[in-house]
Amino acid sequence: MSTPRASRHPSGRRPKRLSPSRVGLYAFLLITALFFLTPLYVMLVTSLKPMAEIRLGNIMSLPAAPTLDAWTTAWSRACTGLSCNGISAGFWNSIRILVPSVIVSIMVGATTGYAMSFWRPRGAKLLFAALMVVAFIPYQVFIYPLVRIFSQVGIANSLAGIVLVHTVFGLPTMTLLFRNHFASLPLELFKAARVDGAGFWRIFLQIMMPMAVPIAVVAVILQVTGIWNDFILGLVFAGRDNLPMTVQLNNVVNTTQGERTYNVDMAATLLTALVPLCVYFVSGRWFVRGIAAGAVKG
Amino acid sequence: MNQAPNRSSVSLRGVEIAYGPVRVLDRLDLEVAQSEFLVLLGPSGCGKSTLLNAIAGLTEVDSGEIWIGGRNVTWEEPKDRGIAMVFQSYALYPRMSVRKNMSFGLEVSGMKRPDVQRRVTEAAAILQITELLDRKPSELSGGQRQRVAIGRALVRDAGVFLFDEPLSNLDAQLRAELRTEIKRLHARLGATMIFVTHDQIEALTLADRIAVMRDRRIQQLGTPHDVYMRPANKFVATFVGSPAMSFLSGHITEGRVFETSTLRLDLSGYAFTAPPSVGMPVDLGIRPEHVVLAPGEAAAIPARVELVEPMGSDLLAWTRIGEAALTVRLSAETPVAPGDILPLMFSTRRLNLFDAQGERL
Ligand SMILES: Nc1ncnc2c1ncn2[C@@H]1O[C@H](COP(=O)(O)OP(=O)(O)OP(=O)(O)O)[C@@H](O)[C@H]1O
Ligand SMILES: [Mg+2]
Repeated sequence: MSTPRASRHPSGRRPKRLSPSRVGLYAFLLITALFFLTPLYVMLVTSLKPMAEIRLGNIMSLPAAPTLDAWTTAWSRACTGLSCNGISAGFWNSIRILVPSVIVSIMVGATTGYAMSFWRPRGAKLLFAALMVVAFIPYQVFIYPLVRIFSQVGIANSLAGIVLVHTVFGLPTMTLLFRNHFASLPLELFKAARVDGAGFWRIFLQIMMPMAVPIAVVAVILQVTGIWNDFILGLVFAGRDNLPMTVQLNNVVNTTQGERTYNVDMAATLLTALVPLCVYFVSGRWFVRGIAAGAVKG
Repeated sequence: MNQAPNRSSVSLRGVEIAYGPVRVLDRLDLEVAQSEFLVLLGPSGCGKSTLLNAIAGLTEVDSGEIWIGGRNVTWEEPKDRGIAMVFQSYALYPRMSVRKNMSFGLEVSGMKRPDVQRRVTEAAAILQITELLDRKPSELSGGQRQRVAIGRALVRDAGVFLFDEPLSNLDAQLRAELRTEIKRLHARLGATMIFVTHDQIEALTLADRIAVMRDRRIQQLGTPHDVYMRPANKFVATFVGSPAMSFLSGHITEGRVFETSTLRLDLSGYAFTAPPSVGMPVDLGIRPEHVVLAPGEAAAIPARVELVEPMGSDLLAWTRIGEAALTVRLSAETPVAPGDILPLMFSTRRLNLFDAQGERL
């Protein structure tokens, strides 16, 4: 008598995967993508057209003679208010605001989150609660008092002022992000390090931060996009010499002498959006990896 | 590391700790001698870890003093107390290699590199983890991780080793293996060790003395033999020993006789701590192995067998005397089946009597 055996290789047709619910899902994804991509498409093609073609009024058509003129104009010649140097100055201003703000706000947030979850100073819970409450108050409320304080202290309309503002306004989110991460680590790890004689900063830098790299990546993404896209704080606190790109963009778009140069406006807008866009493209994989790394222990 | 230069005594004097309104330790006194192996045994949440953390300096005391090696260290940092600690969750630094895990504390203390290397190599050899030195903790099994954690404590060359349930995340076999390893280590180093567990087998096998804790207090402090044979109260009697001690409720009658509705037992051989009064209600505690079969004996007490559990080397008979339950340990060959009536005798010297408050008589 022969015993029946399971065959070693799968055979027969691959089972069908395209169930109605799948079709629905794909349809939904397609529509969503179209919804977000259509404006982008329009902006892109418009920025590549000369004004003569734009005047024809067909916004969906591909450019007959693609040109980068509008882009170079937007970058270096478009008028923002009185000066006509394009938005390149704004770009560099934004970078100068962005880099220190991101670094400082993440360092401060990580440190406070770490201190709160492991050292638990007296009143830490209260402080944390206060931080969370403040995070929910619309920040416009703070603007006028802060302007007064800053001019008293002498950092109104300065790079230092705007960096400080971004650090302070980023603090609740950054602290929460890092605190939650550190709170998920076993307290015994911290105790072991204390027995080993490590102090506040050594535990933070040598033991806790290496374990927080995925969270730090998430923090960088949040802060870079948030600070780059900021308009009102930059307008109020940065001062005329340091106006960020978003403010410059607004000036470009609103400075109209005669005909509205749609192609230049579109190009300037796309240029401004480039940094967050790059962050998402470059870090998307990291972002997912960071979240996945947080999900599996060790 | 082979000679033991620093063996420290540990002394807790009136230590109190509260978390907010919840008091966890209540005026606790404890003396641990040099080179002693003390086990803190107690159910979950009784304050064992809190006590250990207080000795380590990881938890501040609200009042009282802690002395280690003749020094008052109540307000000193953990690193200055001359202690090493091993944790239940291993607590290895995940981004560091095994070698780095073990050398980290020494490097922090500013020790010279060759000395650090020598100590790590030595400790790794003792614990047989030399071939693991360049791995990351995530590449180790649970047993290996705990070995590394013990190694990390070992290199510190401390006078006192503190263990907080180091074996409870391991499976039974590894647990037994590391248990003997720790005992061997104690013999070799001669360091003072304080070991927290809620596993009574660990406590009985490892300890020079056991401190049984419950509800913020040490219920009994004594040798494993003392704790097992002469439990100070009913809680200790129940908590230590497996299967647990059986209890018969009754009272004392004229002439030091224990009496229940179904049996009378002469207690003249029992070492009373204080003379009992006639008529007082008592609980009689009997360990399963202190019961003997006595066929043909006129004074034997008949017990009805309800269940038989073969344990390999011996067997357990779950019986009843009247309504009271009694567990009996018999040799594996004893022919016994549910429904049988066994004639039983107790060795009076090994009985345990507890008053209505549960204190030993
Ligand atoms: N940080 C804390 N805040 C408030 N209460 C705490 C804290 N740590 C411990 N406790 C409480 O103190 C009591 C003793 O805790 P401890 O950790 O010392 O118990 P344990 O004997 O080690 O228990 P286990 O065997 O479960 O580890 C428990 O009731 C616990 O709920
Ligand atoms: Mg514990």
